[in-house]
Amino acid sequence: MADKLFELRIITPDRPFYEGNVRMVELNTSEGQIGVYADHAPVAMILSPGVARIHEEDGTVKEAALHSGFLEIGKKSVMVLAEIAEWPDEIDFNRAEEARIRAERRLASRDGEIDIARAEFALKKALTRIELKH
Amino acid sequence: MASMRDIKRRKESIQSTGQITKAMKLVATVKLQKARAKAENSKPYFDAMYKAVTTMLAKSGHVNHKYLNNSGTGKKAVILITSNRGLAGGYNTNIIKLVTGSGIAKEDMLVYSIGRKGKDFLTRRGYRIKADYSDVINEPMYRDAMDIAQDVLNAYMAGEISEIYLAYTCFMNTVSQVPVFIKLLPVSADDVQIEEDGDMAVMEYEPEEQETLDIIIPKYVSSLIYGALVESVASENGARMTAMDNATSNADEMIDKLALLYNRARQGSITQELTEIIAGANAIS
Repeated sequence: MADKLFELRIITPDRPFYEGNVRMVELNTSEGQIGVYADHAPVAMILSPGVARIHEEDGTVKEAALHSGFLEIGKKSVMVLAEIAEWPDEIDFNRAEEARIRAERRLASRDGEIDIARAEFALKKALTRIELKH
Repeated sequence: MASMRDIKRRKESIQSTGQITKAMKLVATVKLQKARAKAENSKPYFDAMYKAVTTMLAKSGHVNHKYLNNSGTGKKAVILITSNRGLAGGYNTNIIKLVTGSGIAKEDMLVYSIGRKGKDFLTRRGYRIKADYSDVINEPMYRDAMDIAQDVLNAYMAGEISEIYLAYTCFMNTVSQVPVFIKLLPVSADDVQIEEDGDMAVMEYEPEEQETLDIIIPKYVSSLIYGALVESVASENGARMTAMDNATSNADEMIDKLALLYNRARQGSITQELTEIIAGANAIS
């Protein structure tokens, strides 16, 4: 496979999260899941909580949880500005499981007082984290 | 000449003050290293964020967007970042001076304070403090910045305020920190400088431009607040370190001077005693 490579940068407020030349990256955006190869048309998109899969040059696939932010696809590079990003080994799965149950309960109760958008976001975050557990 | 006992007491008091300032300097140095690493780690994000948003706004030209248009009551929100503790040289005074001298009338200003020093000072001067987030400054997290941004943007959307400013101290290096006062919102397309680097030239939006800006602008605001927070913490510790370093060397200098005075007084008293004894002995013989 002689796929063209492109530069991918994932940056969070706390640290530069990932930087490297990759073959392809899969991301979850507000418009659905996308896969980006080199020479993609320039576009700006919003991230949804989800698992990002980074396909590196040597064929390895790295997975990471990206929770919110946006991405900018340029002519030569792709830049992801994520507010929260985690590698699988940084996730506390027990806590994620708890968070999922809490969020589901909150959504189920729906007593008007709760912030539904927020609970949904929390649930999505928890599910993304759990998805990374294999 | 002061008596030996007075000089000694004075010297001891300065010595203990010197010990305190020295300890504070060491603490500030350690904290500075941490804060600085944090500021450096987060720098790429803000640079990228700033560039992305400015190019977006520049490309979209004069979009008619709620975050970009001035509306509301004409009140101006100022997010002021100071420290919770004093003894940091001119750190707090410089940034407060910048705010009080910004030309915004006292009545028009609503202060969102982060840091007790700034809050106390402005309260005494009769400014209106809308909200206070002083706990944040000890350990700023991105989450805190998001909450603050949310509060300010809610007030902005509700029409309570029509402009948002941010006052913080920019960390240049250990010895130089520059207080800055910037306007966060509304972003006027005319203020934005277009950077032509070619890579991000054509920009499409998915979803619609309006929706994208709805989501990106709050992120832009919270990231700027977070950046300001971490830079301010680094600046505070840098300023404190320099101030305490000066204080310690001043104390050392004073101790040296007092030691000299003390020795002179001691010598004087011995000489006097000798003279007295000799005079006494001479009188007897």
